[in-house]
Amino acid sequence: MEFGEMFNVAIQKQNKIHPHKFTLWVGIGSIIMMFAGLTSAYIVKRNQANWVTFDLPVAFWYSTAAILLSSLTVYLATKAFKERAMARYRQLMLATLLLGIVFIVLQIIGFSQLWKSGITLQANVSYSFLYVIVGLHGAHVVGGIIALVLMSLKAFSIKTRTYSFVPVDLISTYWHFVDLLWIYLLLFLLMIR
Amino acid sequence: MSSTISLQESVLHTGHADEHHEHHHHETFISKYVFSQDHKMIARQFLITGIIWAIIGGLFSVIFRLQLGYPNQSFPWLEDFLGHWAKGGKLQPEFYYALVTMHGTILVFFVLTAGLSGTFANFLIPLQIGARDMASPMLNMLSYWFFFLASVIMMASLFVQTGPASGGWTVYPPLSALGEASSGSKIGMDLWLVSMAMFIVSSLLGGLNYITTILNMRTKGMTMTRLPLTIWALFFTAVLGVLSFPVLLSGAILLLFDRNLGTSFFLSDIVVAGKILPNEGGSAILFQHLFWFLGHPEVYIILLPAMGMSSEILSVNSRKPIFGYMAMVASLFAICVLAFLVWAHHMFVTGLNPFLGSIFVLLTLLIAVPSAIKVFNWLTTLWRGNIRFTPAMLFAIGFVSLFISGGLTGIFLGNSALDIHLHDTYFVIAHFHIVMGVASFFGMFAGVYHWFPKMFGRYLNNTMGYIHFWVTIIGSYLIFWPMHYEGLAGMPRRYYDFSNWESFKMFGGLNEFISLVAMIVFAVQLLFVINFFYSIWKGRRVTTENPWGANTLEWTTPIRPGHGNWKGEIPEVHRWAYDYGKDGKEFITQTTPVGADESKDH
Repeated sequence: MEFGEMFNVAIQKQNKIHPHKFTLWVGIGSIIMMFAGLTSAYIVKRNQANWVTFDLPVAFWYSTAAILLSSLTVYLATKAFKERAMARYRQLMLATLLLGIVFIVLQIIGFSQLWKSGITLQANVSYSFLYVIVGLHGAHVVGGIIALVLMSLKAFSIKTRTYSFVPVDLISTYWHFVDLLWIYLLLFLLMIR
Repeated sequence: MSSTISLQESVLHTGHADEHHEHHHHETFISKYVFSQDHKMIARQFLITGIIWAIIGGLFSVIFRLQLGYPNQSFPWLEDFLGHWAKGGKLQPEFYYALVTMHGTILVFFVLTAGLSGTFANFLIPLQIGARDMASPMLNMLSYWFFFLASVIMMASLFVQTGPASGGWTVYPPLSALGEASSGSKIGMDLWLVSMAMFIVSSLLGGLNYITTILNMRTKGMTMTRLPLTIWALFFTAVLGVLSFPVLLSGAILLLFDRNLGTSFFLSDIVVAGKILPNEGGSAILFQHLFWFLGHPEVYIILLPAMGMSSEILSVNSRKPIFGYMAMVASLFAICVLAFLVWAHHMFVTGLNPFLGSIFVLLTLLIAVPSAIKVFNWLTTLWRGNIRFTPAMLFAIGFVSLFISGGLTGIFLGNSALDIHLHDTYFVIAHFHIVMGVASFFGMFAGVYHWFPKMFGRYLNNTMGYIHFWVTIIGSYLIFWPMHYEGLAGMPRRYYDFSNWESFKMFGGLNEFISLVAMIVFAVQLLFVINFFYSIWKGRRVTTENPWGANTLEWTTPIRPGHGNWKGEIPEVHRWAYDYGKDGKEFITQTTPVGADESKDH
């Protein structure tokens, strides 16, 4: 495997896209296809009988603010990392992690509000779609949070010091992606209902 | 820019060469054979797992062919073997459905997707583009182990009390969504869905790696237009997989919700055994859209690797350049694009708007254009060549033959008007088995015979190879050709016993004949398996680096390459892969610099 690593070092120096980042981009394309499948199924279903429109809970709006803010913090974190301002980097990574958790908590609060108002998973297909689509996005955010936890542990570890930008770049790209995906889903759910 | 990268890479490598050798002595059995990150070992793991699945999937077809060929006989030994599924030596109808479902699932996904592109994408991509390994060996290893997990779950589903999934390999709801609907729709169906979810993760991890590796890790001089056609085909295969499998995952997730959490994505107004179900508002057709949006690209995921390997093997063994290299790449691209635009031709009779149907007819028939280009180029590559009839070459030619035969019936089926009569008959069975099933198997066999010396450092036995080829090609035509006539006469697929129908009684003898040939062909595949495992340890040793006189980079590695593939620097590439018979030379490898007095044309 060390061959691969040497390869990567050489490629980085040339400012060419790192293979792992490229892999992430293709993976993002693949995740987009999954949500394209779900949202197009939603559109097909919406044009059939029995569709019920509903309003999104207020908590979803607060969660949107949280995830937008976290995109900003992760951007600043990468900037700090590039400037080797490691203390600032660590703080910003923690902030991103916290905002990510806040996002998930607010989403859960939103769903419990929905559930209490009678918009439950089984009540109507339109509600089921909301739960599955938003829930799957949430699962992708949780994946990002796990990666952020690992990154933060690494950043606070005294034993090993890493100055490779690749993992930081990967997590920030992914994090911006789940943010954009949420904005897309939010607009989608607001406009097509 | 790319040249400087490779230069640095090679400089880096020479600096660390000694360390590398040191590392190899410390490899344990576990790190070398089990949790290996070497792409060649992972390829062998995929191949052997695929062979095990192929034996199981093939055996299932033999068992249900017994029922179809001899519907009035009982086979007491079947009861010893299958227990209550074959009470009194007679296959139970429920288990008959389970067998056809699992035959389809196993061969489409576990053998011809994982076993075929898993094996050859892993093995050939780094070797033919000149890379030491995949972009991410770790993800590559995970890809195999997710496949292994999927295999274990699918295997477990064969042994549960209520039997494995039995609603057909397409698992259409509502049958697959309701446990009450049939015994195979109980736990077996959940296991099927979970196994497929693991399988999809495996395919995605593999596909991401293949795409990244091909685009980013090529050696110096290996431009995209110098790539062997195998790599182009595997590249498009990976693109298809990465874009279509996630959509199947969406469908599978929604189906799991319907089954276990009481949602109604695919269910509406259903009565099971006199009981009205509460589900309302869902659409079973929606699942078919989600399924076939994967399902159609899936047939090209199966077929393209076979096309790529056959192109390479035909050229090497005709001692001639491939005819129309760029046309071959362009037609692969066209097939890849069209694959996403034709899924509804599987749904012509579901009440699809006839106008929409006519658009899908047009797009479907358009696939004939790139397919015909490819066939033309294969035939013109063979034309006036110095053909060496090795077993690999025979299988590659057999692939072309089957692709033509099966492709022509696709033109019948792509027509929505004819499909009213032909859908769900044996005509469809005959079509897709020839063009996708058997043809891809031929591509896979061609690949195994051709690259076995590189995989294991020994040759497969030729005599057994020739017997394998001739019996398989004649047998395949004898099995599937008659099915076209049965289908034209309206004989439906998936039926358990045709002897009760006055209209199909006349096919009794023909069905018996088909079953007999199927058993012979299956026995010959076992001969291949024996040849395969015997030759790994006892086959004739390979003594030269380049036994076939081929141009591609994998034949510049040592006979048994270690992890890292090349001992010294990765060779530099100076030309395309198909300089055969140029300037009076039999072959000129890709690593040979272009001579001063060399003619310009390929």
